[in-house]
Amino acid sequence: MTLFSDTLSEDSERGLLERLHIDWPLLLGILVLCACGLAILFSATEQSTGQVERQIFRLGLALGVMILIAQIHPEHLRRWSPLLFLLGVTMLVAVAMTGEIGKGAQRWLNLGVLRFQPSELLKLAVPMMLAWFFSGGTLPPSLPRILVGVIITAVPVLLIAQQPDLGTALMVTSAALVVLFMAGLSWRLIAVLGGLAAGGAPVLWYLMHDYQRQRVLTFLDPQSDPLGAGYHIIQSQIAIGSGGIYGKGWFHGTQSHLEFLPERSTDFIFAVLGEEFGLVGILVVLAVYLFIIFRGLYIAVHAHNSFSRLLGGAITMVFFVYLFVNTGMVVGLLPVVGVPLPLISYGGTSLVTIMAGFGILMSIQTSKYSQSR
Amino acid sequence: MLDAKFNDPRGEARLFTRRVILSGLVAILCLAAVVARLVYLQVFNSEHYRTLSEDNRVRVEPLPPMRGLIYDRNNVLLADNVPSYSLQIIPGKVDDIAQTIDALSRLININDVDRQRFERLRRQHRRFDGVPIRLDLSDTERARFAVHSHRFPGVQIHAELLRYYPFGVDTSHVLGYVGRINEREMERIDPSAYAGTSHIGKIGIEKAYEDALHGKVGFQQVEINARGRVLRTLEEQLPTSGEDLVLFLDIDLQQDIMRAMAGKRGAVVAIDPNSGGVLAMVSTPGFDANLFVDGISVKDYVALRDSIDKPLYNRAVRGQYPPASTIKPFIGLGGLASGAISFRDGKYCGGYFQLPGHSHRYRCWKRSGHGTLTVTDAVVQSCDVFFYRLAHDMGIERLDRFLADFGFGAKTGIDFADELGGLLPTPEWKERVRGRPWYPGETLIVGIGQGAFLVTPLQLAAATAAMANHGTYFQPRMVQAVRDPSTGLVHTTEAVSHRIAVDGEAKWQGIVDAMALVVEGSRGTARRIRNRLIRIAGKTGTAQVFTIGQTERYNEAQVAERMRDHALFIAFAPIEAPQIAVAVIVENGRHGGSTAAPIARQVIDSYLLKRRVEPPPPPGADADGD
Repeated sequence: MTLFSDTLSEDSERGLLERLHIDWPLLLGILVLCACGLAILFSATEQSTGQVERQIFRLGLALGVMILIAQIHPEHLRRWSPLLFLLGVTMLVAVAMTGEIGKGAQRWLNLGVLRFQPSELLKLAVPMMLAWFFSGGTLPPSLPRILVGVIITAVPVLLIAQQPDLGTALMVTSAALVVLFMAGLSWRLIAVLGGLAAGGAPVLWYLMHDYQRQRVLTFLDPQSDPLGAGYHIIQSQIAIGSGGIYGKGWFHGTQSHLEFLPERSTDFIFAVLGEEFGLVGILVVLAVYLFIIFRGLYIAVHAHNSFSRLLGGAITMVFFVYLFVNTGMVVGLLPVVGVPLPLISYGGTSLVTIMAGFGILMSIQTSKYSQSR
Repeated sequence: MLDAKFNDPRGEARLFTRRVILSGLVAILCLAAVVARLVYLQVFNSEHYRTLSEDNRVRVEPLPPMRGLIYDRNNVLLADNVPSYSLQIIPGKVDDIAQTIDALSRLININDVDRQRFERLRRQHRRFDGVPIRLDLSDTERARFAVHSHRFPGVQIHAELLRYYPFGVDTSHVLGYVGRINEREMERIDPSAYAGTSHIGKIGIEKAYEDALHGKVGFQQVEINARGRVLRTLEEQLPTSGEDLVLFLDIDLQQDIMRAMAGKRGAVVAIDPNSGGVLAMVSTPGFDANLFVDGISVKDYVALRDSIDKPLYNRAVRGQYPPASTIKPFIGLGGLASGAISFRDGKYCGGYFQLPGHSHRYRCWKRSGHGTLTVTDAVVQSCDVFFYRLAHDMGIERLDRFLADFGFGAKTGIDFADELGGLLPTPEWKERVRGRPWYPGETLIVGIGQGAFLVTPLQLAAATAAMANHGTYFQPRMVQAVRDPSTGLVHTTEAVSHRIAVDGEAKWQGIVDAMALVVEGSRGTARRIRNRLIRIAGKTGTAQVFTIGQTERYNEAQVAERMRDHALFIAFAPIEAPQIAVAVIVENGRHGGSTAAPIARQVIDSYLLKRRVEPPPPPGADADGD
């Protein structure tokens, strides 16, 4: 567990990484995962150098964002939280009114040269806002403050859900729940919330779009629609199962290379990993994920104030939710929700958000040193 | 820190640590569930799934829909789909690609452009996708390859339906074009709806009606062997073709206008004042949209993009010009409607106008002055001083409100991608953009359609149509009907219109009469287009060119030519029962009366005189206009 102690950093001279406000165990985990991801992507895209190059470019960009954000002191982040939140909600309203149609859903805001998905911003802005709000009072929070917190969450979540972007709405909600939980929500209230959620499910069902209902139904019985949505689940399970313990080898996954497996470079890339590298490969990758998650939780526990603690904990656990929802979907434990495998799936939008989150974690961790000096 | 005194930082931290540990445990439990599931799949049922994967012989392949066709008002086909054959190499199946290409080039003509495109596309495709090395093979070339195909494993002929625009350059700006889907578009579209489709509407009608034209993708279930070759089709769900569009456009008129505009830069828009339907929309110079369908070569594209004449630029909907004197009938009507003047009121023109208390002289184009004029005289002779005075009397707010009613200063909302909205200057606009207050002198300049005031040819034609029909502004539209090719069901589009508030038919008639005198009067600025067959009402305009941009590498003669004034003309005919309203802009054409008006006359003649015996209406099209 030497990785989780900061004696090394405190005793040695301030190295380059520290001066750049970089937490090296976290960076190491991220880089290892990205490297694994590129290797899998190279195979999943039939060795398309073009796509891999684009992904490397995106990774570089996202890492740049991470380093940039790591330079911002958590105290500044705290002060900006309400502003960032208001900005995000304003943009969501703007999207609802003027947004470009993308994938049959309104998600994008066109800023001239740049198209931007404001719901991504909310994945960070909501936990920041809640951490700001709860850290301003006693913890655990009183019931009225919890209700305010629920309202803070509900406004953007409803706006995102009506776009409709169920995946993102789910991620933002889970971020809020994590903050509430870590703020010390009493078990009795947790039970009440759980009850409400169970009661709300039928309402949610009523509000869902047809294609979303279809996904849930297909999840419950994939065989019912083997050519439609169920095709994804069946094919991904065949891919993973046929990989066995040691896998079929790099570039030798028949499921992915004969194009049976849809979305193999994006949402279902985990199945390619399972087919080509087997259980062993998956366990190695999951271990790296777990390492990153535990490092994040460690940073949160050792943070200096409740804002940093709540935010750090939320960012880390949202990363975990990403991982769980995606892998759960691919192995057939959870319904098909459009959530990518963090740091590995092809695509850039959520990558930047995730890396920005890591930037905040690094800022929390490294500012501790500068304070103690 | 509102409740700071109740804070118990240590207790908080302890509570938090407990919660974090719980969270970590939950994470481990959840991942353990995933791992358990993986063990179930990969250890205990591995054999089962391995068999399934080896027997996995059934693949679902998309069947792309046929793109909807586009017809003109007389059912002449404007956008077709034609089979095109390309020669493809599957890089994953060829050992030495360079050598294969060399061997192919001895059989079929393959030039450097083809090789470059192949290299470029190869990077965008997966290894087992076909990448085109030659497009558009002739029948002979196909036959020649077929004979030798055994020598080329991994090389195949690929057939697909490609968009073809039979009228080429004549319809490029009005239809727009399709092109290969790029990465940006990829993010916007539903990938499964576009599975198997390689093209998408890029601009114009092709883009605006993408959803209707595209159709619905079908799927087929095919059995393949272990090497991925298709053995037979097991089941299929056929695609649904995209819907056909029937335009208001008259291709004969469109072509006549292209001929009349040959060698000129500018735009012509003709609108049916009874429906708002766009009869013709021309922007010259044009380009051949067919070049873009299957990927334009870099050389061709650079030539088009860098041409000083900007052929890719759709002047009809994106060109923004000062309306100049063509705005005068509208402002004259505004003066009458607001009660600022009556038909009998005279205003004196002494060659210039001065604002009270200012020394600056706002000059009339006629230095010696027009003397005392009524509004009719002022429109006919295009007197500037009259309209300076009128604009000054009305004030900018009333002026703006009235002009906005004619659609100036805002996008028309036409069913066409990427139009611009022009600019109707207002005090708020100036405050916002320039950060300065509005000066009274600027009101005068708006009164003669110069200064910051900008309109698109489309806006000008739509406003002229509203003048022609005495006050009903129709939102211009391209498509009159959407037709489902499989069921034959036709859905006609509906006109969107509003009334322009002017009390009294006499005021409309008076301004229309003045516009008639522009053509028919002895002092009319467009008297050269007078004719006995059709009575035309019109108004000339001459817009000053202030800037020309990017002059560095052009020679002086060209620059001088491009500094000349733009020539404008708006017209409608026949006056008694207008069937066509038209706006003509000839860049650097100098005078509206001598350059633009004769073109408008040709447009009107073409539409009203040269027309064939009444053609059969397109099926289902309702009886509008003609």
